[in-house]
Amino acid sequence: MTAAASTRKTLNLNMGPQHPATHGVLRVELELDGETVVKATPHIGYLHTGIEKTCESKLYYKVIPMTDRMDYLAPMSNNLGYCLAVEKLLGVDVPEKVKWARVCLTEMTRIKSHLVWIGTHALDLGAMSMALYAFRERESIIDIYEAVSGQRMMSTYFRIGGLAYDLPPDFDKWVKRAIKQVESGLADYERLLNENKIFRMRTINVAKISADDAINWGFTGPCLRGSGVNYDVRKANPYSGYEKFDFDVPLGKNGDVYDRFMVRQQEMYQSIRIARQALDGMPDGPYRARIPGVVLPPKEDVLSKMESLIFHFKIITEGFKPPKGAVYQAIEAPKGELGYYISSDGTNKPHRVRVRPPSFVNLSALPKLVEGGMVADVIAAIGSIDIVLGEVDR
Amino acid sequence: MLEYAIISAIKIVVIIAAVLTGCAYSTWLERKLVGRFQHRYGPMYAGPFGLLQPVADAVKLIFKEDLVPDKAERVTYALAPIISFIPALLSFAVIPFGDTFEIFGRTIDPVISDLNIGILFIFAVTSLGVYGIVLAGWSSGSKYSLLGGIRSSAQMISYEIAYGLSIIGVLLIAQTLSMKELVAQQASILDWFIFRQPVGFVIFVNCAVAETNRAPFDLPEAESELVAGYHTEYSSMRFAMFFIGEYANMIAAGCVVTTLFLGGWQGPFLPPVIWFVIKVALFMCFYIWLRATLPRFRYDQLMNFGWKVLFPLALVNTMVTAWIKLY
Repeated sequence: MTAAASTRKTLNLNMGPQHPATHGVLRVELELDGETVVKATPHIGYLHTGIEKTCESKLYYKVIPMTDRMDYLAPMSNNLGYCLAVEKLLGVDVPEKVKWARVCLTEMTRIKSHLVWIGTHALDLGAMSMALYAFRERESIIDIYEAVSGQRMMSTYFRIGGLAYDLPPDFDKWVKRAIKQVESGLADYERLLNENKIFRMRTINVAKISADDAINWGFTGPCLRGSGVNYDVRKANPYSGYEKFDFDVPLGKNGDVYDRFMVRQQEMYQSIRIARQALDGMPDGPYRARIPGVVLPPKEDVLSKMESLIFHFKIITEGFKPPKGAVYQAIEAPKGELGYYISSDGTNKPHRVRVRPPSFVNLSALPKLVEGGMVADVIAAIGSIDIVLGEVDR
Repeated sequence: MLEYAIISAIKIVVIIAAVLTGCAYSTWLERKLVGRFQHRYGPMYAGPFGLLQPVADAVKLIFKEDLVPDKAERVTYALAPIISFIPALLSFAVIPFGDTFEIFGRTIDPVISDLNIGILFIFAVTSLGVYGIVLAGWSSGSKYSLLGGIRSSAQMISYEIAYGLSIIGVLLIAQTLSMKELVAQQASILDWFIFRQPVGFVIFVNCAVAETNRAPFDLPEAESELVAGYHTEYSSMRFAMFFIGEYANMIAAGCVVTTLFLGGWQGPFLPPVIWFVIKVALFMCFYIWLRATLPRFRYDQLMNFGWKVLFPLALVNTMVTAWIKLY
């Protein structure tokens, strides 16, 4: 160590786990030289709930409510990932209507998650009204949740092989109402933020990451696309009928906070586009596949047919036994590639459920993003990678 | 002599009471307005329109436990809120709230002291307020507070110069430092200094927002970064004193803007004091509007803005004004 280096002292600042802008219970240990960040070390685990382990002691269909609680801002996306993975494991297909309904709902979920993100991100940067505006629009999407599932936050609406209930008759009305409100809200946000000098100063060229680095750090979702890499699971490995939908993948260029911001903002418009297509083309049909022994039979059959009653009883009490093997199913969740790796040992409970959480992987690059920046940039960077600690810690 | 003392004492009591009430109701106005900006109602349960909310807040804060962190420098820690609170009140000593009027056969001038260097006095005392903030940040023994205190002092240095320079244009035209004189020179609306010194006005307002640590220059207490900055560790009435200090500073800045640029208490039909209050209240609304809308600057950007934009601009403005005055 040189003499100059030994006399220069740095300040260790413990940011979090209780801090207004760490989006939950993230703890970042910062080494500061003045206000410049020399070193940043994220610490996680404050919200560890053992969800993955708990899954191993539950019947397959009982895992679904656990998935809601990981990324609690996008419960339907989590449901979808898990249901698709189990369906893949079982080798079953679901009716068209289910696919379209799932697409419609997960796209609304994406908007819902992005609305929370835009609100909290702007709040972190000091534009406090944005948080309230975004939550106002989010309310209309929560209303859709309530209309379909009866729950406003933890919907647990998707089931293995279908949906929990049929879509309500006025499903159209709810979604259209939400779309209308979100569109008017988005126009407001653009006027408030996009060209705002201070907002641009705070975000452009802040927490930059190049396309190569983004790939090497395992970035997915809007963070990766903000650096200009065109990778979207919906396009690369379409699931749930995404190949039938017409939409663009917004891309950034510089990989800074502003580009990630723009990508997410544009994604909301694309989600509206997809949701509209899903509404217009929603086919008629059953809301559950008819797979005896795996998917619950329709209620009227249970009340009138002996076999259906038996199946219903068996599924509820002892579940079903998928064949031995392992599957990996990834979906494009609002925060990035959400993957479920499920390994089955042939019993009625999963041998292992491993989640690839986008937040966790994206968070790992935080030191790379913030070192050399200022304290205020740390806040901007955390906001721009859009983490949910429930998903990071599981 | 005795009469003078009694009249002055009455004036002081009335003005301090008015300012403190003004502070309390500024918090109400802010919460109500920001609430409306954000599609909320703001306070509405304590009294009609939530008008008793400031009283409820005060009662609550008085009864809260006054915590002192173990690592705090006790004496400085106790002094800091007072240091930031008193200068804010002092500046009201030279502000003329209205025209002279007669009561009980005596002519009363609604200003505590018409100093011939009034404006300089205001600048001197408002600058003292930053010591309270710096000392609070340092003495709390908390890193967040320390960073807030450092930010505040850096901010103060960057903006003080432009703040001072921005009014030189006005003073050059007016040829006086007395607040009363300044008001007298803006008799008609066209004489308001906002029209004669538009650039000076813009710089002054910018600096005033920065000086009072309000959004978008609220770095010393940047909630999302430093939790609450310099007053993170304060509780109870000490915390309240910082708040009253901040609002008193805002009102003082509003009063100075009104006096320097907006014609002071002058206006048609309504009594002078009402006009004065209206102008100050509008300026407060402007403050609140900024807070509800704008994101926050970053530390270095704020310094850049102060040194590289406002300071040269103020300098040029001063020179141009001087040149016009001369020829």
